[in-house]
Amino acid sequence: MALAVDIASWACLVAGALLCFAGGVGMIRFPDVYARSHAAGVIDTGGALFILLGLALQAGFALVTVKLGLIGLLLFFTSPTATHALVKGALAGGLNPLCHQLTADETAALADEASP
Amino acid sequence: MRLVGLYLALFVFWLLMSGHYEALILGFGIVSCAAAVYIARRKDIVDDETLSWYLKPKLPFYWLWLLGQILKANVDVAKRCVLPGSRIDPCVFLAPADQETSVGVVTYANSITLTPGTVSMQTWDHEIRVHALTRDGARDVLGDEMGARICRVEGEQ
Repeated sequence: MALAVDIASWACLVAGALLCFAGGVGMIRFPDVYARSHAAGVIDTGGALFILLGLALQAGFALVTVKLGLIGLLLFFTSPTATHALVKGALAGGLNPLCHQLTADETAALADEASP
Repeated sequence: MRLVGLYLALFVFWLLMSGHYEALILGFGIVSCAAAVYIARRKDIVDDETLSWYLKPKLPFYWLWLLGQILKANVDVAKRCVLPGSRIDPCVFLAPADQETSVGVVTYANSITLTPGTVSMQTWDHEIRVHALTRDGARDVLGDEMGARICRVEGEQ
């Protein structure tokens, strides 16, 4: 039983570490702030989630697990707010995204494709 | 009534954080929670917006669904980060936000940002400017499944 929990915990920790690594690589490879914020999003959702899950499995039914859960909850409320503030700041600072701005027609076409 | 609820919530939170149950420390907790409630009342920040939204019974189910979406999007964006030769095709567009309350629109904008591959750049009353990493990501947002689910959570009493 302890072995199974250890295996599950390590699988979570390794998955989290891999996602954090992938996010880090993306933050270097992607072209501008806006695209890089997506890579950062991988780190603070998937990466954080799996690492916290792995640590919670190590802790078992303890007060520490409750605290880890609260850290996760805090992250899931604050990180999108921070990302939004950063991106909005970049936009307000006059940095244009290196990409196509969809026109109203193109947006409508995509919306049509999406809804069957 | 609301203040009593806030006090109880703060005290339970304090208990979970401290893990100490001696009389002296508990006394400190009781006093500090009372001080926090007093300050909150003086600053007049306890209104129905803060509480009622989190008492909606469908909210946990929405969170579970969102978690699934986040995991799916994570795998996709992580692949695009590391695999050589993978393509990104970013675009910016305006997505409609049909939620009635400001908390609803904020929840929608936050959910969009939490899902890797889409970030909300600016929000207005009923519109959100979204930056998407790929056209597929843009299509998912414009399909409005997420927005409709939030409207359903918002709609219950």
